[in-house]
Amino acid sequence: MTLATQTPADIAELTRRVRRHVVQMVYGAKSGHIGGSLSATDLMSVLYGKFLKHDPENPLWHERDRFIMSKGHCTPVQYALLAELGYFPTDELSTFRKKGTRLQGHSTVGKPPGVDNTAGSLGMGLSFGLGLRMAQRLQGLEDSRVWVLMGDGEQDEGQVWEAAMAASHHKASGLFAVIDRNGIQNDDFTKTTMSSEPLDEKYRSFGWHVLSDLDGHDLPAIEQAYNWALDQRDGPVCLIFDTVKGKGVSFMEHNPSFHGAPPSDEEFKIAMAELADA
Amino acid sequence: MTTIEIPTLAATREAIGPTLIRLQQEGHNIVVVDADLGKSTSARKFRDEFPDRFFTFGIAEQNMVSAAAGFAVMGHVTFATTFAVFAEHAFDQLRMSVAQPNLNVKIIASHGGVSTGEDGASAQSIEDIAIFSSLPNFNVCVPADVVEAEAIIEAAATTAGPFYVRTARPKTPVIYTDGPRFELGKADQLRDGSDVTIVASGLLVERSLRAAEALAAEGIEARVLNMATIRPLDTAALEAAATDTGAIVVAEEHLTHTGLGAMAAQALALSNPVPMEFVGLNRYGESATWSEALELMGLTTDGVADATRKVVARK
Repeated sequence: MTLATQTPADIAELTRRVRRHVVQMVYGAKSGHIGGSLSATDLMSVLYGKFLKHDPENPLWHERDRFIMSKGHCTPVQYALLAELGYFPTDELSTFRKKGTRLQGHSTVGKPPGVDNTAGSLGMGLSFGLGLRMAQRLQGLEDSRVWVLMGDGEQDEGQVWEAAMAASHHKASGLFAVIDRNGIQNDDFTKTTMSSEPLDEKYRSFGWHVLSDLDGHDLPAIEQAYNWALDQRDGPVCLIFDTVKGKGVSFMEHNPSFHGAPPSDEEFKIAMAELADA
Repeated sequence: MTTIEIPTLAATREAIGPTLIRLQQEGHNIVVVDADLGKSTSARKFRDEFPDRFFTFGIAEQNMVSAAAGFAVMGHVTFATTFAVFAEHAFDQLRMSVAQPNLNVKIIASHGGVSTGEDGASAQSIEDIAIFSSLPNFNVCVPADVVEAEAIIEAAATTAGPFYVRTARPKTPVIYTDGPRFELGKADQLRDGSDVTIVASGLLVERSLRAAEALAAEGIEARVLNMATIRPLDTAALEAAATDTGAIVVAEEHLTHTGLGAMAAQALALSNPVPMEFVGLNRYGESATWSEALELMGLTTDGVADATRKVVARK
């Protein structure tokens, strides 16, 4: 099942609801990764809303597309989307990171249904996605696909480049790397901690089809990029989106302080007001 | 069913390729991933038979292990083959990509232990049992000969969940000349005795049997257990050995403070503590022939016999 009937207005409203959930979850848990969830909200909402072949009623459908959350700390955005799309009730989002919850701090496969990988230690998702894609092809599932979401800080990990080399070697068409380039990693800006640029040239030299400098908050532009990716039939595809960490909450935007810290009571009120129904 | 015509002398690694071929012929939905050591591990024989089910990942074990997890979630019984030291290279991938999601990934390593020989310390894995035993959900096995290696690889293919199987490089005597007796999680008693029990794994099993024969001439009757499964450990067999014989020697080609001996001692501390001695390693090895490398470390028939006399004297 796809949700291709979603209108642009539907997707825009979905992103607003997802952002509100993200802020509420991290505030409620008093921990969690808010900035990187907000930067990826638009990318993921368009993907889940219009492109991903999946079925909330049948989360283990063998022929589904796989979404691999390689930046496994950004669970809030994925849980919010899964709940909004019907995998589980949105009420359960308030259990995030709490004792007994299915909504673990970092991605844990099957918890809740719809989470297809275990993550948290960065750099493994592209390899896992590559193996999945190669298995899909071995099984003749050409119309199933694998989407791997990575951060730009994550590009520091050497394993990413092992996977990049192997994906090209094995001509892994149907494998899509989506990079949420928000420019900030745990301690600081990526250009200060470890510059990974020029990312587009790196992936291109590894044999990938690359689109870069995409606006990761322009919903039609995101849709156009995914459509372009689906047209590439002879190798892996990398889409590099420029995003704003903390997007949608004024004082969180481009602010390294909101990588892994919760908002205060006052900040929470302001954030929710900014994300209120227009 | 066995594939291999039982020889008198063979390396446990020689079972890898032929056994994987048979298991795929029998319809076990196998995929093999490799990191540029398929000739040495014998896994490339599988490629010759099933080229569409064999994938090389180059000299990149971390990528290979996480990709193996991807094949496993799609339903394939996925075997990843490399040398034991290079499997260690991918610890975090084994932990998060394989052990935590409890996937059907089987790490079949060759060149375990100091018996790898001439290549020296960097190629001699003496920590692998500790590393894989530290990971919940992993089954950990060390065959005593090529016949048992085949049986263990078959058990790995037919038992859900992660496995680590350590095989060795040198050709060593075959013990199970009448066919395998391997049962996952069960020690195999190769000799009975009432004075002491020698618990051994891998290449030390044959040496322990010889030690027991030598000790019998001195009037010491030793039970010999082949502990081919390290995880889950057969604690019942250990407890029975402690009760029946009152003293235990553990002999392994691994660091003693983190290997089979340490795990056996923990199990017995909880049930029936008896005097124990440990034959194994406490330092890195060096270049030598495989048998000299074992001798340098005291992993010999005499080494096992000496430890056994010592523990009997402590009873």
